[in-house]
Amino acid sequence: MLLISCPNCGSRDETEFHYGGQAHVAYPENPNELNDREWAEFLFYRDNTKGAFAERWLHSTGCRQWFNMLRDTVTYEIHAIYPMGAPRPDAAAPARESGTASLAADSTTTGTAAPSTATTSIAASTSSASITAPEGATK
Amino acid sequence: MMADQLPEHPDFLWRNPEPKSSYDAVIVGGGGHGLATAYFLAKNHGMTNIAVLEKGWLAGGNMARNTTIIRSNYLWDESAAIYEHALKLWEVLPEQLEYDFLFSQRGVMNLAHTLGDVRESMRRVGANKLNGVDAEWLDPQQVKELCPILNINDNIRYPVMGATYQPRAGIAKHDHVAWAFARKCDELGVDIIQNCEVTGFIKDGNRVTGVKTNRGTINTEKVGLCAAGHSSVLAEMAGFRLPIQSHPLQALVSELHEPVHPTVVMSNHVHVYVSQAHKGELVMGAGVDSYNGYGQRGSFHVIEHQMAAAVELFPIFARAHVLRTWGGIVDTTLDASPIVGTTPVDNMFVNCGWGTGGFKGTPAAGLTFAHTIATGTPHELNKPFALERFETGALIDEHGAAAVAH
Repeated sequence: MLLISCPNCGSRDETEFHYGGQAHVAYPENPNELNDREWAEFLFYRDNTKGAFAERWLHSTGCRQWFNMLRDTVTYEIHAIYPMGAPRPDAAAPARESGTASLAADSTTTGTAAPSTATTSIAASTSSASITAPEGATK
Repeated sequence: MMADQLPEHPDFLWRNPEPKSSYDAVIVGGGGHGLATAYFLAKNHGMTNIAVLEKGWLAGGNMARNTTIIRSNYLWDESAAIYEHALKLWEVLPEQLEYDFLFSQRGVMNLAHTLGDVRESMRRVGANKLNGVDAEWLDPQQVKELCPILNINDNIRYPVMGATYQPRAGIAKHDHVAWAFARKCDELGVDIIQNCEVTGFIKDGNRVTGVKTNRGTINTEKVGLCAAGHSSVLAEMAGFRLPIQSHPLQALVSELHEPVHPTVVMSNHVHVYVSQAHKGELVMGAGVDSYNGYGQRGSFHVIEHQMAAAVELFPIFARAHVLRTWGGIVDTTLDASPIVGTTPVDNMFVNCGWGTGGFKGTPAAGLTFAHTIATGTPHELNKPFALERFETGALIDEHGAAAVAH
């Protein structure tokens, strides 16, 4: 089970959240110009990455706000949580390394004080090197 | 019925050959679908210079992780046709493969718990009958007669309001099914190569000509992908996309019990499905995890949800101990129907998207996919399941009959 750090409410159990699929899928700019193939791509084709994957989550039984998460689909490690509209944090690796140093920023960020994409650190889990990772955080 | 003796199996069911430098066709994925495809390629199309590549051990993926249920009570004509063809093959395969995999036609009930369920179930029974699939509507008393341990009291949260029943449906011993196909494939000259992971594809223009593996490069004229949860990973290597999302799906078994559960009971609404294995374990399936995952393990709260439903429906399960749980990775599509056919890469074919229902479809998937690989054209039964349906909009929306929401 995932322990997810909601940017507004703090760390909560996965059961409070609703999964919203791949993040950063933009609505077509000129829908009238799309052919069937392009519509199919927009409606039915999503990345199915094995590894670091950017996805949307809704804290449905909490603040009811959407946010983005960068999560590893193999280890289920959460690399970063960041606001809707913000670009995807660069790579998973730097986020993992910064994980140990940044546990203090444990997800009490309010909606307005959005975490910058450079500090992809309010991840609920940290690298395996971290000895202070919350119990069960990577489940 | 449940006390059937397990068949003896010989020490060596298949060889473990070194991969050759070239084959007429290569099947990627040594699960049930890959083995069945190889079997029908050899048997129906005379293609015996072929290899099945498996990155782990034979049938160690979803084939080893499913809940062994076989049924064909699907709503739409296209699905009823392919799953019913599969069921008819299941009925003759033990003889054809000369290996008993304990196909037990003990019937499958799909419970209805709401008025909406009842209407949808009755509609499905009607559709099944029109398609020549055996189906009946049972009232709660008839449900109780077929499965006496089911609680049909109306004071539970979601009382049993009836069920659809398919008498010819049932279970088969999944690992024996894999061994039966593997043994016959081997006899027919197919090379089954385990511990052989595909790392890339070789193309000449848009035509696939070879497969790169961790055990060397293999040249081939045709490639068939049968990798279930990992299909989109392979497609990406080959340079195209699939409308597939991979999710963990888990199941569990109890310790062994005396025969108590004479049929198969499924419930979409409260989400549990139960049968009793030949040896006596209660086998229970759950729903998929909502998020994408390749971790081959499921979330605990999903089990909790499933067990709550199971104990309410079967009060005597309250004292059963869970022996083990496991997860498989299911390749889901937006319309809950499989994708079988050609791909944007010439000479490369794909069989995937069976989601939570791949085991029951194994023989028909193999038969029709073999036809597609051998002839380069769709089989009458898999034609509606082509990748193109996502462009044409001719979707086959089987969420209602898929039994696991995804």
